[in-house]
Amino acid sequence: MLAITTPLSDTDLMALESAKVVDARGSACPGPLLEAKKAMGTVQVGQVIEIWSSDAATKGDISAWSTKVGHVYLGCLTGEGYERVFVRRQK
Amino acid sequence: MSESVSLVLFSGTDDKLHAAATIAAGASAMGRPVNVLVQFWALDAFRKERIALDHGLAFDAVRPGSTTATVPAGSLPWAETFRQAKELGDVQIRACSASMALFAIDPSELDPLVDDVCGIASFFLDVGDGSLVFI
Repeated sequence: MLAITTPLSDTDLMALESAKVVDARGSACPGPLLEAKKAMGTVQVGQVIEIWSSDAATKGDISAWSTKVGHVYLGCLTGEGYERVFVRRQK
Repeated sequence: MSESVSLVLFSGTDDKLHAAATIAAGASAMGRPVNVLVQFWALDAFRKERIALDHGLAFDAVRPGSTTATVPAGSLPWAETFRQAKELGDVQIRACSASMALFAIDPSELDPLVDDVCGIASFFLDVGDGSLVFI
């Protein structure tokens, strides 16, 4: 199996199929993080969730949270006025 | 060193309760056990009948020359942030028994966010050697 380097490239991120998309745009810290944690409980290990957030701090927070609890932060894509943050459930 | 985070809520203004709820939710999301002791004016704000009311802002907000802080759009009310923090992690909210007596509050008057009433020694048993923040 190939080692996966994260964060993934934009091309790889765009090719991902998210099991769940959470639209947390307009929500302030810690809203998007709480939404992400909630959504993670609804998908299987190995699946990817995608959080949309207009709070610039979200990707750093979700990356820190993933590291702490053992999920994999895959990276983020920049949309118009928001970011799409990708995390794979690892356990 | 324990990973737990403990908060003592003293102030009952919305700005301080908002800040406290954010810390509790963040710590809880990061997997850290959170112990909250609610006393004095904060306890008054946790009454079922009052929790959703406007509790004003701390003195810093009204002193001459202060900057006007606005609650960012999309912010949850602090009580809702505490509720989500409890749903998503290990957060215990306990009412200070001395403040219950001081404000003549019956446990049935408290919002269900509050788990129980305890004395200060019981709270310190929860705190252990973790960090403690007073707000």
